[in-house]
Amino acid sequence: MRRIGEPVLIADRISLAFGGIVALSEVSVAIRRSEILAIIGPNGAGKTSMLNVINGFYHPHAGSITWKGVTRRRMRPYEAAAQGIARTFQNVALFKGMTTLDNIMTGRLLRMRRNFLWQAVYVGPAEREELAHRAHVERIIDFLEIEAIRKTPVGRLPYGMQKRVELARALAMEPELLLLDEPMAGMNVEEKEDMCRFILDVNDEFGTTIALIEHDMGVVMDISDRVIVLDYGRKIADGPPGEVRTSPDVIAAYLGEEAAPHSPTARVPSSSRNARSAGRGPG
Amino acid sequence: MRRGVSLAADDCPVSEAHDAADTFPKLLLEQARLRPDRPASREKDYGIWQSWSWAEVAAEVEALACGLSVMGFRRGDKLAIIGDNRPRLYWAIAAAQALGGIPVPVYQDSIAEELAFVLDHAEVRFAVAEDQEQVDKLIAVKERCPRLEKMVFSDPRGMRHYRQPFLCDYETLQARGGEFARSNLAFFRGEVAKGQGGDTAIILYTSGTTGRPKGVVLSYDNIITSAKNAIAFEGLTDREEVLAYLPMAWIGEHIFSYAQAFCAGFCASCPESPATVMGDLRELGPTYLFAPPRIFENILTQVMIRMEDAGWVKRWLFHYFLGIAKRVGLPVLDRRRVPVIDRVLYWLGNMLVYGPLKNTLGLSRVRVAYTAGEAIGPDLFNFYRSLGINLKQLYGMTESSVFLCIQKDGAVKPDTVGLPIEDVEIRIAEDGEVLFRSPGAFQCYYKNPEATAEAKRPDGWIHTGDSGFFDPDGQLKILDRARDVGRLEGGALFAPKFIENKLKFFPYIKEAVVFGDGRPFVAALVNIDLEAVGDWAERRNLAYGSYQELAAEDAVYDLIEGCIEQANRDLAAEPALAPSQIRRFLILHKELDADDGELTRTRKVRRRIIAARYQTLIDALYLGRSSGRIETDITFEDGRTGRLRAELAIRDVAMASLASAPLLLQEAS
Repeated sequence: MRRIGEPVLIADRISLAFGGIVALSEVSVAIRRSEILAIIGPNGAGKTSMLNVINGFYHPHAGSITWKGVTRRRMRPYEAAAQGIARTFQNVALFKGMTTLDNIMTGRLLRMRRNFLWQAVYVGPAEREELAHRAHVERIIDFLEIEAIRKTPVGRLPYGMQKRVELARALAMEPELLLLDEPMAGMNVEEKEDMCRFILDVNDEFGTTIALIEHDMGVVMDISDRVIVLDYGRKIADGPPGEVRTSPDVIAAYLGEEAAPHSPTARVPSSSRNARSAGRGPG
Repeated sequence: MRRGVSLAADDCPVSEAHDAADTFPKLLLEQARLRPDRPASREKDYGIWQSWSWAEVAAEVEALACGLSVMGFRRGDKLAIIGDNRPRLYWAIAAAQALGGIPVPVYQDSIAEELAFVLDHAEVRFAVAEDQEQVDKLIAVKERCPRLEKMVFSDPRGMRHYRQPFLCDYETLQARGGEFARSNLAFFRGEVAKGQGGDTAIILYTSGTTGRPKGVVLSYDNIITSAKNAIAFEGLTDREEVLAYLPMAWIGEHIFSYAQAFCAGFCASCPESPATVMGDLRELGPTYLFAPPRIFENILTQVMIRMEDAGWVKRWLFHYFLGIAKRVGLPVLDRRRVPVIDRVLYWLGNMLVYGPLKNTLGLSRVRVAYTAGEAIGPDLFNFYRSLGINLKQLYGMTESSVFLCIQKDGAVKPDTVGLPIEDVEIRIAEDGEVLFRSPGAFQCYYKNPEATAEAKRPDGWIHTGDSGFFDPDGQLKILDRARDVGRLEGGALFAPKFIENKLKFFPYIKEAVVFGDGRPFVAALVNIDLEAVGDWAERRNLAYGSYQELAAEDAVYDLIEGCIEQANRDLAAEPALAPSQIRRFLILHKELDADDGELTRTRKVRRRIIAARYQTLIDALYLGRSSGRIETDITFEDGRTGRLRAELAIRDVAMASLASAPLLLQEAS
């Protein structure tokens, strides 16, 4: 059974600005081992910026990040990846012309020991290594139930499936921390339910720590252990879903007064989930 | 016909009817002795085909049987089996039988309601489920099935938080059984030896187009005799390859992938997942194939859609050589005389089109393919035969352990089901109903003496409920379910399935239900094929958001109207059927669905239920209205229900006069 543990990643008073626009100001986030953390907030609140800071894509102007006990000002994306931070993107970033299998194999790249010359010759250790990686990829394919599209070029897949392949590629890195940027955007109810189940299963089976950005309040309330709310680059709430939902600040800033819709994002009503959650979308 | 499979000289003959091997567990032990190293079960897992030899399967089954026994499974207990085709689930059948128990396979997509009925009615004590999904269903219905005690699950994924004491995972059970077997060496064989041919082998619940499912009780003698007769008829060997991909609760699947595999010693391969069947079929290249018509329909639809995407050269080749195949393919397959020039063209077509096509579909090694379960459209049937695939019709049902009639190679007609096979007697009753007597005739309907008495008469003849007749060659011809054949108001014959099959041959039409008995004309409810019509719409930049929207499009109506006009022209060619041309139709806003009770689990139309549900639409069709309003309850996959409202347009179709009928395929392609 998974146990939520000590913080594995601590982002301390992070500030980030693009020119005159302040994306994040003094945001502190602690992600605990094996938890599912949701980051929510209106469009432009700085959610994706936060993820980008965590995996080293952006370097914060102030503040520090501690990952597994090591504090550093800046971490490059490949360093983050090598140290067990994987992510998916808001707009699917796969190699469209490659098959599902090959795309997931790229997730194993960091774990390949043999150089490309060995691999090109494909004998002895290189072959054994490739087979081991392939076996690992097959376990992920089995886990995410994408056997049927193993050999299909990713560009030919429907959007929901591409999202799943992207998750598979991230999982292939055997990450300790998985960052998901809107894993369910643009999906229909059934696809969302599948994706929710996979996220919960990943967390459950491998104990992977997950931080995700999601707009569907039903989903957020259902699957996350803790919710952080950002608004205009500031953190305005941090706590269990039930608590966050009733926080007056959050209701005012995010779930919105009729007059001031912050987020024009269209939301697919997600069956019974929405009925249970207080958030019915902004505006 | 081209035979892709080479039969090596050392092929073992089919095991002789061994007096001792009169049950499946005994057959299993015999196969493990005769051919211990030949593959028996195969499954694609983690992208690789994994095999188990007969000796390994015997060991697996022994461990499982011992495990069940330790758990408290006793002679006469029922074991429910629920899940997709997996070797472990087939082994569970054998394990239950070894202990003198009775396996009861359940349709894996049953909703809770149906599952509860079967489990309760069959008095099931134990269940083996594939995965979490099935376990959840079992747990949901457990309260309603007080006799259900223990559940075994095969796939532990997602199960780690389940703490219920009645759950046990398959591997733990087998490990316990293995331990038990080591200290009780003679136990398994002793239990197997207690089984007799006359014992109940299995209870299969028929999906039933009317009312509640009925549990058909079949003995070992029933199944094994039928299976062996058919093996002898087709000359099957232990080198056959079959794909086990149809629901395990269906008699056809049970016979082909379990009974015949155990009798002949061939290997049954399970696909990786239901979604990968087509790919797995291609990799495996089965020599012996069984599929209901809808599978062949689906394959044809896929081919036609994909050909639309091909370049013009390929398209032209495809259509040209399909024309050749249509003209000369059947005589070539039946080894009749064909002009040399046609033979050359057919050979060329085989090189360029039929061969590659069959290879892509995984059909190039097929020696014998059957279609059964429902009547197949003659055009569809001939399409496959003309490509050189030895597709044949088969007549049978759960109550007869399948085999009643099979078409002989070289004497295949699209509209008959062949001659009765060995030991089978068939008679046509005065009212046209088909009656039979055979060694495969079922024991009874479980706990349903009235239904048993109705079907199984004291004189030994079994009433099938099908109406049919023998053609001049002595081949049996099945018209329809006896109670479905009717007459139009004018007195003309009305055989709904025949018309529906005509419609379903069009790739755009997935399902059709026609009405006409006692009515002035024939009217149809049509289901479009989302894939084919969706693809068609895409090509025309037709935007749609859902099935319902697409189905209501004017352009789609035009498309379907064209198909129906074509079908009408075809019907007009046969004087007896000309009056049953379709005059009006509408396209339904939702797909007919087994979860809503509109289809059986084997996807046969439940006519009466549909007639009752869509009464307002049928009235609108016959009252001459231009649209009909409908409100239906629908059942979602998780068992929730909702209401769907729609206003559906109704179209009139031109009826053809008795003119010449052009070929169906042209329009369909």
